[in-house]
Amino acid sequence: MEAELKEMLNDLDSIKQSLPDPSNLASSILKLQSRVEHLTKLAKSAPVRRTKVQDMSAEVVDSNPYSRLMALQRMGIVDNYERIRELSVAIVGIGGVGSVAAEMLTRCGIGRLLLYDYDTVELANMNRLFFRPEQVGMTKTDAASQTLSDINPDVVLESFTMNITTVQGFETFMSSLRNKSFRPNKEGSGVDLVLSCVDNYEARMAVNQACNELNQTWMESGVSEDAVSGHIQLLIPGETACFACAPPLVVASGVDERTLKREGVCAASLPTTMGVVAGLLVQNTLKLLLHFGHVSPYLGYNSLKDFFPTMEMRPNPQCSNAACLERQKEYLLVKPARDAAIRAKMEAEALLVPEGPLHTDNEWNISVEDDTEPERTDATSSDALPEGLTRELPTADEFQKIPVTDPATTTFDDIEELRKQLDALNAD
Amino acid sequence: MEGWDPNTKSTLTQIPLLTTKAGPRDGAAWTTRLKEEYKALIAYTQMNKSNDNDWFRISAANPEGTRWTGKCWYVHNLLKYEFDLQFDIPVTYPSTAPELELPQLDGKTQKMYRGGKICLTVHFKPLWAKNCPRFGIAHALCLGLAPWLAAEVPVLVDSGMIKHKDDATSTTCLSAW
Repeated sequence: MEAELKEMLNDLDSIKQSLPDPSNLASSILKLQSRVEHLTKLAKSAPVRRTKVQDMSAEVVDSNPYSRLMALQRMGIVDNYERIRELSVAIVGIGGVGSVAAEMLTRCGIGRLLLYDYDTVELANMNRLFFRPEQVGMTKTDAASQTLSDINPDVVLESFTMNITTVQGFETFMSSLRNKSFRPNKEGSGVDLVLSCVDNYEARMAVNQACNELNQTWMESGVSEDAVSGHIQLLIPGETACFACAPPLVVASGVDERTLKREGVCAASLPTTMGVVAGLLVQNTLKLLLHFGHVSPYLGYNSLKDFFPTMEMRPNPQCSNAACLERQKEYLLVKPARDAAIRAKMEAEALLVPEGPLHTDNEWNISVEDDTEPERTDATSSDALPEGLTRELPTADEFQKIPVTDPATTTFDDIEELRKQLDALNAD
Repeated sequence: MEGWDPNTKSTLTQIPLLTTKAGPRDGAAWTTRLKEEYKALIAYTQMNKSNDNDWFRISAANPEGTRWTGKCWYVHNLLKYEFDLQFDIPVTYPSTAPELELPQLDGKTQKMYRGGKICLTVHFKPLWAKNCPRFGIAHALCLGLAPWLAAEVPVLVDSGMIKHKDDATSTTCLSAW
């Protein structure tokens, strides 16, 4: 296209020069015409962006981007798929897992996506899915917005290029989650779910802090540095263990750890493991948001043994996070009413099922009793972890609270005084 | 603490421990914590000077004490290599440790995350988690940055990734002097 345009400029130049000469003029104009025709053809073959769609239609035609999704309703999986257009999901970390999760949600027609990352795309990311080599150098949020808005222009995208662990970044993060301009009548925060797809403990703790303060349900995801295992976890403040309730769980690799630990921090990654974890994460997200199936509280993935451990974790009553403790108190207050409502709903559903004995006679009085108990672990009891899971970090040692220092000593510790002392030491 | 050299161990025991568990969003409690941080840093710097083992300068870059900048250096084969040092206090501090950055070494070693954040995962993070909230900035420098410099600077010098200022031929490739 560029070469064509350059040629056209040259042609125009020659027209200008040959203006007094009418014979040359005619041929130049003809040439110019054919070039314009060529350009028009090129422009026609260039990729076109589809226009926005007003309503999700279930009509089965090739041109309907949502026909296969709306079929979920016809198949009886989802009651109201179109609800997805009202939903907002925030994705923190647009890396190997986050970018794929964003693409999946975009293709599902999610209403709004909020994307957070401070990194740029590098060639070293090309072993993972989603980003393309020509996007190297762009911020991950910009590159993602570019691709995602091409795939589905119906999705409202908001990107934030910043580090959420810094004081300023965290404030922006909190206010962006609170913002309800997309759906002003929504209860609680402005988003329906936060997905943590970050690669470090600090950022996870920052997401945890924000979600505990906002009483915001979120899901955590992670892939091990050796690229062979991963996990997803659902966190409902007050109801399930928060990320600070206990040291984070990791899926044990099942082979001798020493053979896997490498010096250096260049973490390994595979498009497969990242894709599987992103798939598990978004599947759990869809189940939670569109109310179908069983939403996993914790699901691990050990690719070396194809082992998927699951568990549930109750919050730690001695959690070090003050906001978590507040949410726990609130949850205990509403729990009886909630349980009663669930029981009433289940009884109502049971009534709808036509009662009638499965077998007309029961000579031996055989009855079936439910003896399945979900694995529930208190967040603190590390020895009670199900097979295949270990802790990533140790718990903080108990320490005695030293009684408040007497006022005589505190007179000396003026903060300016201390700063000057350190500056004096720094000076020489 | 197994596997640490006796020198580091004895230095560590002399850095005052902190008691206030507060981060930059905790208002007055953060000021108390900041005072403790200063005291620990002052004690550690004084100790280093009296032991002739002075190896860093650090001071708060904003009044809130959430951003810190300074320098650190390491002597290898009798030559001194000095680097800019900077870090932010994370919102979740002290549950999470500060991520120490040496921006001039960004991209020069694999034992570093993007932006020049040194890798503390294996040798330091578990210690920090175990000792929360008693460890502060001074402990992070002593147990996080010092061993990293001791392990990485010789490798960086020997592999030619960094040059001493006297060997440098042009000023643009200079990250140490």
